[in-house]
Amino acid sequence: MEEKREQWMSRSGFILAAVGSAIGLGNIWRFPYQAYSDGGGAFLIPYFFALITAGIPLLILEFSLGHKFRGSAPLTFSKLGKFEWFGWWQTAVAFVIATYYSVIVAWAMAYTAFAIPQTWGPKPGDFLGTYLGLSDPSKWYAGGFGGLQWKVVVPLILVWAIVYFVLSRGVKGGIEKANKIFMPALFILIIIMAIRGITLPGAADGLNALFTPDWSRITDASVWVDAYGQIFFSLSIAFAIMITYASYLPKKSDINNNAFITAFANSGFSLLAGIAVFSTIGFMANQQGIPIDQVAKGGIGLAFTVFPEILNRMPMGQIIGVLFFISLVFAGLSSLISIVEAFSAAVSDKFNVPRKKAVNWAVGVAALVSLLFATGSGLFLLDTVDHFINNYGIAFAGLFEAIFLGWVLRQTKQIRTYNNELSDFKIGAWWDVFLIVITPVVLGYMGIQNLIHEFSKPYSGYPSSLLAVGWVIVVGVVVVGFILQAMKSINPEFAVRQKKEDVA
Amino acid sequence: MNGSAIAMMLFGLVFLWGGFGLCVNIANKKSTQKFTD
Repeated sequence: MEEKREQWMSRSGFILAAVGSAIGLGNIWRFPYQAYSDGGGAFLIPYFFALITAGIPLLILEFSLGHKFRGSAPLTFSKLGKFEWFGWWQTAVAFVIATYYSVIVAWAMAYTAFAIPQTWGPKPGDFLGTYLGLSDPSKWYAGGFGGLQWKVVVPLILVWAIVYFVLSRGVKGGIEKANKIFMPALFILIIIMAIRGITLPGAADGLNALFTPDWSRITDASVWVDAYGQIFFSLSIAFAIMITYASYLPKKSDINNNAFITAFANSGFSLLAGIAVFSTIGFMANQQGIPIDQVAKGGIGLAFTVFPEILNRMPMGQIIGVLFFISLVFAGLSSLISIVEAFSAAVSDKFNVPRKKAVNWAVGVAALVSLLFATGSGLFLLDTVDHFINNYGIAFAGLFEAIFLGWVLRQTKQIRTYNNELSDFKIGAWWDVFLIVITPVVLGYMGIQNLIHEFSKPYSGYPSSLLAVGWVIVVGVVVVGFILQAMKSINPEFAVRQKKEDVA
Repeated sequence: MNGSAIAMMLFGLVFLWGGFGLCVNIANKKSTQKFTD
């Protein structure tokens, strides 16, 4: 059956959903530490440069592809030629990410409940290991991956129930409404935490560590690569989301300005999160009388070990703890919803099934697979899959997207003309240059550097059997793309291409 | 906080939130589909 494609109710609804997708856990726990370790305030220069030369151009490209071809990533790339497989590649990457990202949101949800009684006790690092039921990484597959950890499974079920509730209510009634609650709430939470942070003793030391520029680092190529990586991984580009979200825009919609607004809001949030996180880290260092570098961390370590330690010592630590973990839940949920929507919409488009049926399948299968990461080996599996899918799944998908559009199909000029007719302001030929030259060069360099590093030193010292899982997934998402392209679709929009191929 | 840290923090905030405000303002002035619709 064919359903009319849903549309966003308002422009702000679309932008909030796109911002909700872009703002994720990385804005809170990745950006601040990245900036701190890459030259402090000086990092802002390459970061803004990357935002203008790669982040915004790629976002404009994805918004325009979704809007012009009005389909999920596979349908969009199918309409561009024989590239349906490429859309499925991006969609498969989204599926993989959803399976482990949901588990991190589940941890944050559990920690929100732990924050009032401060269940983690005086040693949050040890508590995290016990909570996750961590097994020995060298025997990660033993005993059914270390067995299901029910304390993780319970919040995980709740996470999937919320995602299902939102997605099954559609674009307007579900995704848009949810983001109109999550996003303003998230901004209010981060502002409260930033204000609380800067009023703590020692906050100035933390902010000095984050913002004092070390200009010598600006000539270091790795800092520029990190800045491009931070922008690239933060904007939800190259894994089917923004194409899908833009496909729900009404025909007369701005493209260029929407991309600028989304990108500025995403990076602006990161900066606020940096102020909140580093002022609080400064407080911790001050309390213990140790330098900032002994406290500063990024990623899971920051959220689930350093922050609980800080909360133990902070006045009103219980309340701030709840706010911090709720903000992780909101940031994570709004991103997770967009990730699941990306592959749910692809299933709906390809197999011509109603949205609700596609959501049932998408959420059901992803929820089942996510249980793998709720086991005693879940953290090691998650860390490995995240590393491989980011560095070789998303990064190479982004690289090929720029190459296909810019070099193979040579579509940038047509897309630019299309955008300029619709948008509040026009973009010039600079956009083509950034997309055709700068983006592929930077992403290509980043990919090669990552590969060299990968083969010179095993990631995190994990056993080769675990790393093999990462490589299987990296190759698997591409293979899945070709298999799904080979399957015939009864959707008339896919069928147009198939008919052309049959005649040829 | 030292002067250069304050300067960089303000530079970041003004660049990003100023850019955001400017684009929202353009949307509200120029567009047929306003941001606040």
